[in-house]
Amino acid sequence: MTTASPAARRSRPGLLARIGTQNLSLLIALVVLLAIFGVLRPDVFFSWRNMVNIGLAITILGILAMAQTIVIVSGGLDISVGSVVGLSTMVLAVAVQTTGSVGIGVAAGLAAGVLAGAANGVAIVYGPVNAVIATLGTMSAFRGLAYIINNGNSIPIQGDALRLLGTGTLIGLPFAIWLLVVVMIVFMIFTQKTIVGRNIYAMGGNPTVARLAGIPIRRYQIGIYAMSGVAAALAGVVLAGRTMSGQPASGSQGLELEAITAAILGGAALQGGKGTIVGAMLGVLIIGVLNNGMILTSVPTFYQLLAKGALLILAVVVQERQRATRGE
Amino acid sequence: MADSERMPVVRVEAVAKRFGVVQALKGVSVDFRAGEICALVGENGAGKSTLMRVLEGEHRPDTGTIAVDGRPVTLASAREAHALGIRVIHQEPEIIPELTVAENIFVGDFRARAGLFLDRDDLVRRARALIDAFGVGDQLAPERTCHGLGPAQRQLIEIMRALRPGARLVAFDEPTSSLTEEEAGRLFEMIRRLKTDGVAVVYISHRLREIVALADRVVVLRDGERVADEPIAAVDEATMVRLMVGRPISDLFHRRVRALGPVALALDGVSTDKVTDISFSIRAGEIVGLGGLVGAGRTEVARAIVGMDRLAAGTMAVLSAPYRPRDPSDAIRAGIGLVPEDRKQEALLLLQPVRDNVSLVVPDKVSRFGFFDRRKETRLVEHHVAELRVKTPSIGQPVGKLSGGNQQKVVFARWQARGPAVLILDEPTRGIDVGAKAEIYRLIESLADAGLAILLISSEMPELLGLADRILAMAGGRITGELDGATATEEAVLALSMRQTLAKAS
Repeated sequence: MTTASPAARRSRPGLLARIGTQNLSLLIALVVLLAIFGVLRPDVFFSWRNMVNIGLAITILGILAMAQTIVIVSGGLDISVGSVVGLSTMVLAVAVQTTGSVGIGVAAGLAAGVLAGAANGVAIVYGPVNAVIATLGTMSAFRGLAYIINNGNSIPIQGDALRLLGTGTLIGLPFAIWLLVVVMIVFMIFTQKTIVGRNIYAMGGNPTVARLAGIPIRRYQIGIYAMSGVAAALAGVVLAGRTMSGQPASGSQGLELEAITAAILGGAALQGGKGTIVGAMLGVLIIGVLNNGMILTSVPTFYQLLAKGALLILAVVVQERQRATRGE
Repeated sequence: MADSERMPVVRVEAVAKRFGVVQALKGVSVDFRAGEICALVGENGAGKSTLMRVLEGEHRPDTGTIAVDGRPVTLASAREAHALGIRVIHQEPEIIPELTVAENIFVGDFRARAGLFLDRDDLVRRARALIDAFGVGDQLAPERTCHGLGPAQRQLIEIMRALRPGARLVAFDEPTSSLTEEEAGRLFEMIRRLKTDGVAVVYISHRLREIVALADRVVVLRDGERVADEPIAAVDEATMVRLMVGRPISDLFHRRVRALGPVALALDGVSTDKVTDISFSIRAGEIVGLGGLVGAGRTEVARAIVGMDRLAAGTMAVLSAPYRPRDPSDAIRAGIGLVPEDRKQEALLLLQPVRDNVSLVVPDKVSRFGFFDRRKETRLVEHHVAELRVKTPSIGQPVGKLSGGNQQKVVFARWQARGPAVLILDEPTRGIDVGAKAEIYRLIESLADAGLAILLISSEMPELLGLADRILAMAGGRITGELDGATATEEAVLALSMRQTLAKAS
């Protein structure tokens, strides 16, 4: 028993190593952004109210970005998430309208998300259709479905329970932010502590190795896209609570772009096998602060779009450079 | 000797090259002379390929020099080596299927008409001149696209590429591995022609008989060192093997009689897209070898057994229970493990630590309710890593940083942890140095002693003959015969492996 010495395995990584250089550079970027907007708008930017606003603004994006990270780690991509958000709000609204029960409405919305995601998975596994193409197709198809439900109109929702979900608070913080924290903890445990989570990293790292090691990767793929669908539906529930309506166009403001950007900023590699939930959330915070700051400093909408697109490209460029220097 | 006084075309002097922990070449010196066929032999990992890569400008040596016609050169790129007349013909020809034969031969050297347009007439003329010069006009038509060409024709294109004007040294890397006997005969004629034309020929092969028949001189490499450089008349096959392995081959194996248990794996009339009517069984404690040439369908038998390829016909049974896998996960559940041929692409997650690579197939043993139990995992992984003497600083080390032999031990450790009833080994010592090879052999023997049923696929005859209790030979996707491992000879296995290809050729 000489080869793996106890000393080597017991040595605990230092604080820096635990954060990771990737996350450290994200933290620095975040601090720099905070400093810039703090200087530009010292009156409002650092107010508690604005901080809560940023938190609220990133709940939907946060849920989507964490789910997207898992999809990317598995070696896939899901660009239909924005449309699934819209579709699930519509299904939720119709279900509440017909049954009068918010509980059934939420369940129906989440079920719609599972079905939509599983449909992506089935197309990708059994087509087999390339993940980008499959979800590009369903991005349009699901949006179409969302419009068909009520002829392109939104549907108002009655129900105090849902309003609580959208605008209620718990110990001084909006309910939605608590939800985000819970989802984050669940995802962190899932990716770091469970067998299924580890297997997803293996599958994204090398699908042949994973398959030969007995990981049923088809079932995994369908499950992962279904998970992405249900996460999008959960984001839809939050959105429905905020607007008290089913909004067919609610995913069309580039949610998928922001979710993918956040995941990649957070270190998820499109080649698969790499990415973290904490990284994704740091990416989400950067985007959230950037959005909020650009609004506060009155950057015109068109320029905001330009900046967000550039950010995605920049994130990939930085990632590729790091990969090259590490010689992977 | 007059030969050695002549100026060598290429002189390699004290060339060393290291990759990570592996010292691939330890100061090798060789002269390659005009009009001489120099055979380069050695086991996998002895440094032959690395030496070729250095010659063709793919790798820069760490130390040492290379001289062409007595002038020192730096071979900084494949282009420079090519321009100096050094041409290496690879085992797997890279042919662009959409291009014509002529275009494939002269790729990178197209001439333009009016400074802009591809001059097809010139291209075809040059290709035809080259093809006719070597008398292979009946096999290659310059204007045909390369789609659907057979291995022999593809290789001819690769050879024609190498023989483009200016060739001074031409190296053949295992050129006959996918050729029929007749095709190989033609290749030898061509090589002898090159010799009379005054080209320095380097010939790499595991087929020692070919070397005796063809070469003028033999250089033996072992563990990155030159251990012999002799005229062919001075050595015989047995001597070459001893030099390659560093000891008599029989020392590597300890054949003993094992008590056989019940039938662990049985195939009856199994057919897939790639193999036809495969029937055999392996008993617990038995090592069954599967021999044959590259492309005979041996790996495809393994793929069928583990559920990678669908069965078109036939049945299988594991420990007498019917077994019909749809996915490798079914195979593992039934008690079948596979050590695949391509360790880096099919077996290991190179960036992941040893720990994860071992525990990948035993999720049930390292978890509780789907959550990792890290202490359980550490205990299990360290136990198997220590038992197999894997040399790694810790189980947290990325497996890609280990040497080939230790990587393979990690794959074995994985299956030790799982404890299957049947283990399929596909080329288990490919790319592994001699020392580690001996350890792997001992390991395979001890696994059989412990009652595992083992299917050993190997292209290395000594390995097959030394380990297997029974040897099945394959050709053209079928089993062509069975031999007793204790009495089988290399000739007998080869004869069965060629049975169908010979029938086809005549």
